[in-house]
Amino acid sequence: MKQKEKIIEWLLKISGGITILITIGIVWVLLYETVVFFKVVSIKEFLTAKEWTPLFTNKQFGIMPLLSATMLTSLIAILVALPFGLTIAIYLSEYADRRFRKIVKPLLEVLASIPTVVYGFFALTVVTPFLQNIIPGMAGFNALSPGIVMGIMIMPLITSLSEDALYVIPNSMRFGSYALGASRFQTTFRVLLPAASSGIGVSVILAISRAIGETMIVAIAAGQQPRLTFNPLVPVETITTYIVQVSMGDVPQDSLEFRTIFAAGMTLFVFTFIINNIGLWLKRKYHQKYEL
Amino acid sequence: MNYSVYKRLVDRSFDIFGFVVSLAGLLILGVFLYQIAEKGIGRVDWQFVTSLPSRFAERAGIFTALMGTIWIMVLTAIFAIPLGVMAAIYLEEYAKRTRFGNILEINISNLAGVPSIIYGILGLEVFARTFQLGNSLLTGSLTLALLVLPIIIVSTREALRAIPLSLREGSYALGASKWQTIYRLILPSAAGSIMTGVILALSRAIGEAAPLIVAGALVYVPFAPSSPMDEYSVLPIQIFNWVSRPQEAFETNAAAGIIVLLLVTFVLNGMAVIYRNHLQNKHKW
Repeated sequence: MKQKEKIIEWLLKISGGITILITIGIVWVLLYETVVFFKVVSIKEFLTAKEWTPLFTNKQFGIMPLLSATMLTSLIAILVALPFGLTIAIYLSEYADRRFRKIVKPLLEVLASIPTVVYGFFALTVVTPFLQNIIPGMAGFNALSPGIVMGIMIMPLITSLSEDALYVIPNSMRFGSYALGASRFQTTFRVLLPAASSGIGVSVILAISRAIGETMIVAIAAGQQPRLTFNPLVPVETITTYIVQVSMGDVPQDSLEFRTIFAAGMTLFVFTFIINNIGLWLKRKYHQKYEL
Repeated sequence: MNYSVYKRLVDRSFDIFGFVVSLAGLLILGVFLYQIAEKGIGRVDWQFVTSLPSRFAERAGIFTALMGTIWIMVLTAIFAIPLGVMAAIYLEEYAKRTRFGNILEINISNLAGVPSIIYGILGLEVFARTFQLGNSLLTGSLTLALLVLPIIIVSTREALRAIPLSLREGSYALGASKWQTIYRLILPSAAGSIMTGVILALSRAIGEAAPLIVAGALVYVPFAPSSPMDEYSVLPIQIFNWVSRPQEAFETNAAAGIIVLLLVTFVLNGMAVIYRNHLQNKHKW
């Protein structure tokens, strides 16, 4: 009897341990192939060269163009998602009546359940033509349109996490502010938002990380031309798009060209890892603050 | 203007502004669904669902991709559910606030934030190449199982946490062991909420394209897969392929494919939500 319990506990422990194996697997795979890659291409070239042309005869291995495109699309996404997502969070948490909230919140969460390939279609066939009418000379593939659509995609993430952060603020703080004669607007912006700032910060950080790792929207609508630019109107190529491009092409799997996806993947992993951990650290900090 | 009037005006303005922005969010969702429906609904018919892929847009169908998606969903469930639920039981019932438990917890939070395409790279290197499973359904579903594992673990833990202590104490008082209590009492009580989390995780899995593209799913397969070792495509990849073509007719096909994909996703999500509400009304701890 006792022994059976022990065996079961071990089985469960092993299942938990497998999650650590996954992490080790990811790091090992990326590290191993990246090291092989860096035996041929110098790290200095990888980080400083201004062109990324591993699939051409004149090969250049500078990650900067891919990185800049990733940053650009993510920046546009967050510029769209933060103001709108936060406004909706504040409105639903502090202003809206319960009925409205009960209907709107799940509907907005539908946005989060839509597969990203669908957003890509929306960016390419609806948003891009619409923007081209307003901005003449905008290319068919560009960073702006997928950036905006990605913003719509990550907005529910910001709304829902920010709303949670506002929700956990004890009512005593609201009442204290009202008692001093502050309006709801003043209470929200001068008392509640500062109090919820770390929670809102977490939502923004996680949203940025999601945008950086997002693949299908940019693969469909941003183009496949690596170029070092912050012009949102021309075709660019993000890290994730490049990985998809190589995976779909017929580059032999043991070639240097193919290894570039591991170096690109490593770059992506390192960036999202750092950003996620800043977010997780912030989250732990503010959880302690409100565990009353 | 008097300060208190000004104050009230600002407050009222933000009230209206917030309302408008919230509605705009819903409007975008509406426009979004309308555009897709308008473009694709005329193309969705029995022929479209049952036809093999083709170079000619009018003859092409989603049969192989749809079958691939169903295979992937079932296999991913088989791999991910037992592993995820067991890991969650360990974390919630055995390793709470232990050192190993803390490490696991930090690790799972980190895994949840890894971009899905990185899982594709992992799947390619480990399952397709090292285990030599190639471009098979097995490689794809194992890859997705790893991807959804953190989601299943997190939701299962929440389900277990919701079971009140009194239930456990009652069981212990009757002389049940720890595992007996978990297996006969806690798991059955939490089964509904665990299922809800699992359904949401699977609906996420069937929408994924990027990790499968990297792990070896194909854009074109002539026949529907018939065993886990077969090559395959899935709906999101078929849609991606059609979107990438310049001809108008393929755009229509893409929209029609999206309608089918959204239908499956929404049905799964709707099931999860209805089930959750049903459970909330049934159990009042």
